[in-house]
Amino acid sequence: MERFHTRIWDEEAEADNPFAARACYCAGYDVYGDLLGAIRWEEYLYLMLRGEAPEEHEARLLHDLAIALANPGLREYSVHAAMNAGVGGSSHAACLSAALAVGAGQLGGGRDLHEAMGIWSRCARDLNAWSEALAAYNAAAEPDRTELWAPMAHPPGFDPNGVSCTTPVRRTLEHLSAIVPAGALAWLAAHRQALEAAAGMPLSMAGVAAAAYTDLGLEAPQAEMLHLLLRLPGAAAHALEQEGYGSGKFPFFKNGLKLDNDPGGAHESA
Amino acid sequence: MNPLERLSELEDNWHTEMGAWFGGERVVYRGEDLLGSLLPEMDWMALYLFGITGRRFSADELRALNAIWTNTSYPEPRLWNNRITSLAGTVRSTASLTLGVATAVSEARIYGHGANIRAIDFQLRARERVKAGESLLAVAEEEFAVRRSIYGYGRPIPVEDERNAPMLKLMAECGLDQGEHVRQALELEQLLFEKYQGRRRRLVMLNITGLDAALAADLGFTPRQFHLFMTTCFLAGMPPCYIDAFEREPGSFFPLRVDRIKYEGPVRRRWKD
Repeated sequence: MERFHTRIWDEEAEADNPFAARACYCAGYDVYGDLLGAIRWEEYLYLMLRGEAPEEHEARLLHDLAIALANPGLREYSVHAAMNAGVGGSSHAACLSAALAVGAGQLGGGRDLHEAMGIWSRCARDLNAWSEALAAYNAAAEPDRTELWAPMAHPPGFDPNGVSCTTPVRRTLEHLSAIVPAGALAWLAAHRQALEAAAGMPLSMAGVAAAAYTDLGLEAPQAEMLHLLLRLPGAAAHALEQEGYGSGKFPFFKNGLKLDNDPGGAHESA
Repeated sequence: MNPLERLSELEDNWHTEMGAWFGGERVVYRGEDLLGSLLPEMDWMALYLFGITGRRFSADELRALNAIWTNTSYPEPRLWNNRITSLAGTVRSTASLTLGVATAVSEARIYGHGANIRAIDFQLRARERVKAGESLLAVAEEEFAVRRSIYGYGRPIPVEDERNAPMLKLMAECGLDQGEHVRQALELEQLLFEKYQGRRRRLVMLNITGLDAALAADLGFTPRQFHLFMTTCFLAGMPPCYIDAFEREPGSFFPLRVDRIKYEGPVRRRWKD
């Protein structure tokens, strides 16, 4: 019999039904007999990803990071995408799928985070190595024809559309770095301005998150997956809200599109 | 221009040559009238390719490109992307969620679109280097050494890709079997086969990804254009899988007993004893 291999999940069958679980175990812990009521959400998340319970400071870090990331706000691309699904009455799964597809991207999204994790992995806390790595992202890269993902157009974890490091980013970095005083976050906080100078742009929330995931001991794929997940609550809430408001209150950018090769003459679309 | 100036200039100001809708009147598609001139001229595939490349393809080229999509559409519910449509059908999810996400899943590293983009990249790079005087076999061996495989070559089992012969026949009928990249793709398979005397057969056989990529290279596709074109190449195989599962009792597609789980993790333990 072909079987699925797992280090995360085990089950025992009900006596009357081999297709139903009587008990479920996550990394050895009885989910419904032991964990339920005793474990916090962020601890359970960590347990699933790492296979071990987090230390108290790690659980607190993940909890507070989840708050900081939960709602990027309705102007953010992935939330805007989810609202486009919500306002038209698309399925709720489509709302989240829209948020995931857009939130996966290289500008503040999952891929930005993944690339930023790569810098942490390569450069650790070596300021010179960081400076070289960030500068390399700003050099004109050879177009990579062989990857699904295009080459990064900016240093990951930094905001090419930013003018200065925004208050929410600074406050999140300041707050989280206090939870792990000797960690990557604290190093980032101490060297933020030097790193921003090397990148030529301000630190982004993805950059803060990458340091937090590094302090949580996550690998880049784990961090990317968690980042995608943690940013969904705001997308869900805003999609539902716009479904309620309806299309009449949802901007269409009525005067925003300029067609430069209109065969029918110089009109604005509507 | 600094970021603030750039964003301010772009606010409510998206210039495009790709198209627009003029409500109640007309639609412009890449500078042409979709409903007035393109609708009578183009079928859907021609329009899709026009959208991707901005170019028009001949009837024979369209027939061959259509065949790429046909030859990759297997209604086989065990294949990973298709299996998602069967799982969605068996739990009665919606058709669009199902086909949309199964299409996204097809953008995989070891098969599907990750393999497609690497396969056309290899054929294009190899052609450039051969034209510059290098031997095709040397280019391929370097690829082997660097990437441990040549995308477009290799099969999970050592049998010929069942799609190659019918696809080559159709390409010949369309006059598209003698392009420089297609000839290169076939020549390399032969060179590798001769070099390894039948050994490493599983690794060196031209697969349909390689053949399709070579055809696309001959037709002037860039890797990104080929990626976009191939995004829906598995699509026609998916509705049969979805329908099959949807129309039966819910949960009837490959139900799993608890003992199908092979647990390899930590032993039973108590939370924070």
